[in-house]
Amino acid sequence: MSIFIDGNTRVIVQGMTGAQGRFHSEQMMTYGTKIAAGVTPGKGGTECLGVPVFDTVRQAQETVRANASIIYVPPRFAANSVLEAIDAEIPLVVCITEGIPILDMVKVKERLERSRTRLIGPNCPGLITPGECKLGIMPGYICKKGRVGVISRSGTLTYEAVNQLSGAGIGQSTAVGIGGDPVRGTGFIDTLRAFNDDSETLAVVMIGEIGGSGEEEAAEWISDNMKKPVAAFIGGRTAPAGKRMGHAGAIISGGKGTAESKVRALEEAGVTVAPTPDRIGEALIEAVKRVGIYQDVLTAK
Amino acid sequence: MKIHEYQAAALFAQYGIPVSEGMPAFTPEEAEQAARSLGEGPYVIKAQIHSGGRGKAGGVKMAQTPADAAARARELLGMRLTTKQTGPQGKIVRRLLVVRAMRIERELYFSMTVDGASGQTVMIASAAGGMEIEQLAEQAPEKIFRAQIDPALGLMDYQTRNMAAKLGLTDEKEKQFMHLAAGAYRLFTEKDCSLVEINPLAVTAEGKLVAADAKVNFDDNALFRHADVASLRDVEEEDPRETEASRYDLNYVQLDGDIGCMVNGAGLAMATMDIIQAFGGKPANFLDVGGSATAEKVAGAFSLLLSGKNVKGIFINIFGGIMKCDVIAQGVVEAARKMAVNVPLVMRLEGTNAEAGRRLLHASGLNIVSADDMADGARKICALARIQNNGEEAHE
Repeated sequence: MSIFIDGNTRVIVQGMTGAQGRFHSEQMMTYGTKIAAGVTPGKGGTECLGVPVFDTVRQAQETVRANASIIYVPPRFAANSVLEAIDAEIPLVVCITEGIPILDMVKVKERLERSRTRLIGPNCPGLITPGECKLGIMPGYICKKGRVGVISRSGTLTYEAVNQLSGAGIGQSTAVGIGGDPVRGTGFIDTLRAFNDDSETLAVVMIGEIGGSGEEEAAEWISDNMKKPVAAFIGGRTAPAGKRMGHAGAIISGGKGTAESKVRALEEAGVTVAPTPDRIGEALIEAVKRVGIYQDVLTAK
Repeated sequence: MKIHEYQAAALFAQYGIPVSEGMPAFTPEEAEQAARSLGEGPYVIKAQIHSGGRGKAGGVKMAQTPADAAARARELLGMRLTTKQTGPQGKIVRRLLVVRAMRIERELYFSMTVDGASGQTVMIASAAGGMEIEQLAEQAPEKIFRAQIDPALGLMDYQTRNMAAKLGLTDEKEKQFMHLAAGAYRLFTEKDCSLVEINPLAVTAEGKLVAADAKVNFDDNALFRHADVASLRDVEEEDPRETEASRYDLNYVQLDGDIGCMVNGAGLAMATMDIIQAFGGKPANFLDVGGSATAEKVAGAFSLLLSGKNVKGIFINIFGGIMKCDVIAQGVVEAARKMAVNVPLVMRLEGTNAEAGRRLLHASGLNIVSADDMADGARKICALARIQNNGEEAHE
């Protein structure tokens, strides 16, 4: 088991014929992801990387019956693409696009809440279930199949964490990048809940950063519900207030969203927080040793 | 993106939000003329910088006559204002807003912003205006009222009426408030704002609601559809290095330390600042070159870091996913050949094509210290920067 995606995930790529879409589709296929169709308005009837391309998601869906879509569409058109996938009742939609206007996402969110679609992102690296399916842009070769779940607001920091885990012989069940925008689909709690319910996952690494209150809310949820050990890292302890640190959502405003507040909340919830980013793997090891499951999370020496 | 108060006030007027009668002025003469054309005094001369807390910092002055307005303008223009938000270096006053003073009976607070947790726009108001909302949120959160706005419905009259009641606005004032809130929501949505704030929202002795201050921030991601808004940008208010970085499409934030950082990915870039601090150093900047940088972009980023006067060392921390390490290495080598590199350089390459990247660095003959991982790199650059600092001190 794993969460959200596995070997049976069949994917539609929205924006497949663009430079980014094509490059990453090829990478995903090489990894073993089952790509069933592409969608690019105006390119219907053509083929890309050996799969059919349709004008609309509905047309693609009627023919190929996919259960996920991934979006590589420029920011000004991306909200429309997410809404199109929701309208076609695709169960899982991953939006990689960075730079979507926030009020576009406010509209998407409203529709999303009334649908059966799960959205991951936007502004995220996607997700991966090692050895089965990669739905995103992360380098697959650093991942190892295993029993630790990873959730992160940051792309490269996810790679850093995964690399540390794999290096320590600890594989991952699924690694999910939830994205760096303030208004997003799936959040920390949704993902933690899925890992909590997943029999394959024994422990979780959670990577947050300054801005918003998602980590504090997650800490509360963990303390009430989480049955598995959690290790965490929060980026931005040295970030100045009032400045956006790259991600649209990474900003301390009005004294809210500081790293200190998040670290405190997580520690109070019993989470092992890594003091520096090079010790994320160590923090996880400490957390699993405390409950005596270190041997169980080891995939290979 | 931020704009000046006088620009925000002009937008308010366009959306039917009553503002103080006023005019911008760039010189003392213009301030005098503005005062004269506004009619009888007294006047308030307000420094226009992209920061709150101007009054406390001495950036707001009263004037009785137009001649007086010119004199106050002379004092303010060119002045360096230091507020809580500007940092210790402050900001130079280059523009003014001259308004007619009002007789204010009550000061309210009003704003709209997007709340990340709910994913909706919220209207926020309080009867305790004038003070900073952050301060109020800490001291008396119960005095702040919020209403979430469903994007499919828009701001509903009942929501505004409820808010008016909480603020103690009745009859004619309630009507004015309804009009003002509707205008603010239209402005917020039509221009893709990230913040519309009126603090204080004045209730005058004549019973009128007037925006006595005007603050509007915009969503940078939506500027592509608002050329009129983009034209309001004042680059003089930005850190010159940040302006330069935006030309290369780099995410850059100036900090006050002495170790330059170049990283791919915002999360890793923040984490790199943190680890430098943990090893006793101080980061000079936040810099995310993005996930798909070209060699040119990397070269631009590198020269930007080198041009920092107090930079005593540079740490390049790359975890290549999509971004290939050899591309980064090539950009750095190209830039280092063109510019004199007088500070130590530590580079950590991990991920896609890391080995090829390292080979490129070695083959270049440049004096670049290679790091095994992030911690190793941070330790090395902090030690080298310390030596560099000590050397300079000994030299002096």
